[in-house]
Amino acid sequence: MNLIDLAKTAEMAPIGDEASGTAVGGVETSDAEAVNRKENRPLYQARVKIFPKAVRGRYRTVKWAVMAVTLAIYYLTPWIRWDRGLNAPDQAVLIDFSGQRFYFFFIEIWPQEVYYITGLLILAAFSLFLITALAGRVWCGYTCPQTVWTDLFLLVEGWVEGDRAQRIRLDKAPLSAAKIARRTIKHLIWILIAMATGGAWVFYFGDAPTLLRDLVTLRAEPVAYAAIGVLTFTTYSLGGLMREQVCTYMCPWPRIQGAMTDEDSLIVSYKDDRGEPRQPFRKRQDWSIRKDCIDCNQCVAVCPMGIDIRDGQQLECITCALCIDACDNVMAKIGRPRGLIDYDTLVNHDRRKRGEPARLRLLRPRTVLYAGLILVVGVVMLVSLITRSTLDVNVQHDRNPLYVRLADGSIRNGYTVKILNKDHAPARFRLAVDGLPEAAISIVGREPGVVGDLPVPADGLAGFRVYVAVPSSALTGATLPIDIRVVEQDGRRVANSPSIFRGPER
Amino acid sequence: MATSPEKDPFSGIETTGHEWDGIKELNNPLPRWWLWILYACVVWAVGYWIAMPAWPLISSYTKGVLGHSQRVIIAESIEQAKQAQAQWLTRIEAASVADIRADPELLDFALAGGRSAFAVNCSQCHGRGAAGFKGYPNLNDDAWLWGGTVEQIYFTIKHGIRTQDDPDARWSQMPAFGKDGLLEREQIGAVVEYTLAISGQEHDADRAAQGQAVFVEQCAACHLESGTGNIELGAPNLTDAIWLYGGDRQALTDAVVNARFGVMPAWGLKLDDATVKQLAVYVHALGGGQ
Repeated sequence: MNLIDLAKTAEMAPIGDEASGTAVGGVETSDAEAVNRKENRPLYQARVKIFPKAVRGRYRTVKWAVMAVTLAIYYLTPWIRWDRGLNAPDQAVLIDFSGQRFYFFFIEIWPQEVYYITGLLILAAFSLFLITALAGRVWCGYTCPQTVWTDLFLLVEGWVEGDRAQRIRLDKAPLSAAKIARRTIKHLIWILIAMATGGAWVFYFGDAPTLLRDLVTLRAEPVAYAAIGVLTFTTYSLGGLMREQVCTYMCPWPRIQGAMTDEDSLIVSYKDDRGEPRQPFRKRQDWSIRKDCIDCNQCVAVCPMGIDIRDGQQLECITCALCIDACDNVMAKIGRPRGLIDYDTLVNHDRRKRGEPARLRLLRPRTVLYAGLILVVGVVMLVSLITRSTLDVNVQHDRNPLYVRLADGSIRNGYTVKILNKDHAPARFRLAVDGLPEAAISIVGREPGVVGDLPVPADGLAGFRVYVAVPSSALTGATLPIDIRVVEQDGRRVANSPSIFRGPER
Repeated sequence: MATSPEKDPFSGIETTGHEWDGIKELNNPLPRWWLWILYACVVWAVGYWIAMPAWPLISSYTKGVLGHSQRVIIAESIEQAKQAQAQWLTRIEAASVADIRADPELLDFALAGGRSAFAVNCSQCHGRGAAGFKGYPNLNDDAWLWGGTVEQIYFTIKHGIRTQDDPDARWSQMPAFGKDGLLEREQIGAVVEYTLAISGQEHDADRAAQGQAVFVEQCAACHLESGTGNIELGAPNLTDAIWLYGGDRQALTDAVVNARFGVMPAWGLKLDDATVKQLAVYVHALGGGQ
């Protein structure tokens, strides 16, 4: 229920039958009640049930297609196989918590590379901003999981209980065996869908075929069942029971819309200049003396959010565009051009009033900026992914003590060197120090001066304690910048990390 | 704030009286299901009080019917950790310090165990990074008063230095040459110059030559004629760059006049043998072990 409707309801609250009292001493009394006084107004809003009517049309077709694609992506992705060789999982998309890896087709992300996820989220955010600036809440209306699953649940509801009129009748009907049967079937199907939704989720976190076998034979981890249980509950309650309440009351996105759209954004709108004043339809209508809206209320009947698009832009509107389809169907029947309700901009609304031609500005500072940022972030991510090495070295300079003076007067620094081998085969490395000519290197556990043959396991890391000593005469300052270089034994891969060599203050 | 609720002229809804830059907050009613969720939370809270530890009492607290206790859980996990460590500790107990160093698995365990034991028992004097302070040796360098092999370090930690508690403690004492009148003022000055000379520092060559005779007569018994020290007696090498109490003229004079030495507890009396072994292996691996 939108604000205006709410206000109307409050104003038009039934007064009730007024009983006039007998005049005592000529003064008339009444038991009229001030229904709108503060005490009588409801503190909490009871939910008004919505029974959206099924509709056919171009946007409904697009929505079916989007639903099919998004659901297919969600349910099928974990089952795509991807050969990574011997020591790695062959699931294309896998979030491996125990192994601390994220696999996405050819990309393999280690926990310290989680900034790729940040980049992905930035891309997603800017894409959302861009599409919203161009065409309003497209995300809400077409691709948001809440919308997709609610649509799916409504489809089931339609199959089991019939269309809007039948559903209203069933809802008002007294409890009967038939009503219980229909309701039970509907909720059962909903719960099955919800379970399938929760069930598909866990396949992203383990090898899907193995996990499915374990789930069925009750040998999977308790956390898997718990995750399925929680997601079954949320899918069932949010998609089946809560529906539009989620968008209106829980989701912050409707509140953020105002900053994302502007007067050039294509928004589902009612062209009041073409429709108002609305009048009921009569046969042999002379369209030259009246406007197009015949007040058939079809746009309201199909609305899953329970609003009237003719009231203008409202925060409840998820721009699912079903009212456009409903109105277009009616316009076709009465022989008027489609698009009384359509994707329209506020600018064009005003331009039509002034008699100017419609104008669509897709290129605006805001959309150019968003597109530019998407491009920059995307290119940066792509380049860094392509040039990403499968070898990495992290060097930690000892901070306590910063340096050690040895008996012969030379100065020694200690380092912890971690070599990350992201290859699926074990490898051996040689270590070198650049920028310190007289350096004597010794690695703990090896003979002094032996710097080669450092083993690192496949897809893993190995840490080494490294001591570097130089004669104090070679120290040109208290802090010298150095580079610790790691070279694969066969010379195939090289990585280096900057560090410092500390000596006493001079 | 107005005395009677103000209505928003556009929507007809009462405002809360809160206003930001001309934008007024409307007092829209909350959905009723929201209220039910609040009630559900209240019910949950009551159930939680009954099931879980909740209310503080004077000397105790309500335990809850599920018997959940984080104290018990941590005790259990400590017990589990101890059991997991037990097999390693028995192996370390049985092995010599050299054997521990030779076995990579044992070495890893001993280094980790030694690090935490060092932080608890040794860092107070030797510092968190074992770099020492004036009078407390730096354990990272390659100069060792009592020897730097892992066996020697193990012995030193186990029996301590100059402690009455252990008859096997490392023991030596430098005479206070000045305070006890063993050397004349002039002789002390000369031997200090000689010490500066053999450690490669700036010195007065004439006086150093005089000091050499004093050194051979008085100091060489412990520090050797070459001045390179004797680990059997804990006599430091006077020719290297490492000085426990400082190596300049002032500090050396002070050392000869007053004589200084430190004391370390016999850790074998306080810690179990496995811990002492781990400490020895850890200290040896700090970079100066021989």
